[in-house]
Amino acid sequence: MTAGVGLGGYLAVGAILFVIGVLGILINRKNVIIILMSIELILLSVNINLVAFSAFAHDLVGQIFAMFVLTVAAAEAAIGLAILVVYFRNRGTITVDDINQMKG
Amino acid sequence: MIALQTLYASVHLASVETILAAGVLVLLMIGVFRGDRSLVPLTWGTVALLVLAGIHLPIVPAHGATAFGGLYIGDAFSTFFKVIILAGAAVSMVLALPYLREAATGRFEYPILLTLSALGMCLMVSAGDLLTLYVGLELQSLAAYVLAAFHRNEPRSSEAGLKYFVLGALASGILLYGISLVYGFTGTTSFTALHGLVRGTGLADLGTLIGLVFILSGIAFKVSAVPFHMWTPDVYEGAPTPVAAFFAGAPKAAAMAMLLRVAVGAFGGMAADWQQIVTFVSIASMLLGAVGAIGQGNVKRLLAYSSINNVGFALIGLAAATREGLTGVVFYMAVYVVMTLGSFLAVLAMRTADGRPVETMASLAGLSRSRPGLAAAFAVFMFSLAGIPPLLGFWPKFSVFQAAIDAHLYTLAIVGVLASVVSAFYYLRVIMTLYFAEPAPAFAPAESRTNTVLLGAAAIFCSPVGMLAITPLVAAAGRAAASLL
Repeated sequence: MTAGVGLGGYLAVGAILFVIGVLGILINRKNVIIILMSIELILLSVNINLVAFSAFAHDLVGQIFAMFVLTVAAAEAAIGLAILVVYFRNRGTITVDDINQMKG
Repeated sequence: MIALQTLYASVHLASVETILAAGVLVLLMIGVFRGDRSLVPLTWGTVALLVLAGIHLPIVPAHGATAFGGLYIGDAFSTFFKVIILAGAAVSMVLALPYLREAATGRFEYPILLTLSALGMCLMVSAGDLLTLYVGLELQSLAAYVLAAFHRNEPRSSEAGLKYFVLGALASGILLYGISLVYGFTGTTSFTALHGLVRGTGLADLGTLIGLVFILSGIAFKVSAVPFHMWTPDVYEGAPTPVAAFFAGAPKAAAMAMLLRVAVGAFGGMAADWQQIVTFVSIASMLLGAVGAIGQGNVKRLLAYSSINNVGFALIGLAAATREGLTGVVFYMAVYVVMTLGSFLAVLAMRTADGRPVETMASLAGLSRSRPGLAAAFAVFMFSLAGIPPLLGFWPKFSVFQAAIDAHLYTLAIVGVLASVVSAFYYLRVIMTLYFAEPAPAFAPAESRTNTVLLGAAAIFCSPVGMLAITPLVAAAGRAAASLL
């Protein structure tokens, strides 16, 4: 652990991925699939954080937490895609700008 | 041998969750093999399961206990909220039956998903660790996303599901990022350990504070507090009415309980820091909830803004961060769940003569002449939500304002009173439409006796008769708040 990348490096990568993920959801106006990818990116950034902290603190909790996050992320992606398929059947489009039947 | 005994003790303490988890799997199998015609028996079977789980609530000792190595907490606080959750889930399940039959989406998954969501909520309020909190929250949310899109041939329902999913997943991500920071800077995820470690001073706590802000943002989304409320009106409007009724009731109470547990139970040492955040969120929610509802022509949207507004009021008690304040929040959520479920029961009764559900304010015009009972019940809920004195809704508002004054949070109390005056405007507008407007075409007669009984019971609870319940309710809320501190 002494040589190579320090904790700060891992945290920076985590933070950058997190910001890319959040911006991908907020700025993206094209495609819902990209939003789903951004969500995965956010969860991955969290996992990098957890595992890095866990390795540097010599504490297992973070790695166990990361396992749970991975599992839940899989379930979340499955449900997200299922809802997206239902939505596509109803509207025939998955463009973000078209998701506007309700407003106010 | 000793390990086995601890495991048994843990499972025993978590009886409610164990029963729900095992029972819902059995019911799911029945549903899979018998198909959609098993909707009605499954619904009542699930209600029986929730009651069975409820019977096991007293297993939790009054002074509280932990299980699974501190991951799970059973105390007066969790028990109080589990009563609300189980009751709220059971009512949302039963009130959906006529709607599901009518709308030809009578799929057996409805009670199953609702129970899974209730199981997640029970875990949320019993969480003793950020890990349990996350898993419980996700179980609740994942089931809720599917429920929002339950009416799958209806574009608005699937749009509601999609919006709820995207924003909910973003909120979970933000919450998780906060959890990872808190874990990194404190080295623990256990609430008890955090309570001992976190003191809100020093450089190391700066990271923890940033983590806490992320966690609070994630939870604020789940209670639909401003500035994380954007999903609420759309989801309530698009989701099938019984699902919206469910969302407005139990999950909100459970998320609020989770917020209390995290803020007070884990980060009590940082109270001075999160009090500012909660105060801001509270003021913003009260004002936006009050102003946003004014121009709404859709009753479900109006109720969504009303729920944002009410969450703001409940948060006043948390901002005070005293025992009285927390008692006020707990009491508020109990009364709020009844008022909101009652309002949605009234919305469910809104159907045109040929049985189609309608949601517009205009269709409520002159309801007092065609359906005096329904109009009276609706009026009771609106007066109660507005907090007009003899009705039950006034008392929790009064107790949170009192707590804010005692904690010298005068600005918060004054904004609260002003916001409740503004919100009274739109509640009274509904009542004016009900009683003084030119009658719109009459609704179809009530077809479900169960829903009529539930509606009547909720109206009686919210009427001045409900004041009889204040003493026991406040005493129980006080015990719940005490077990948190």
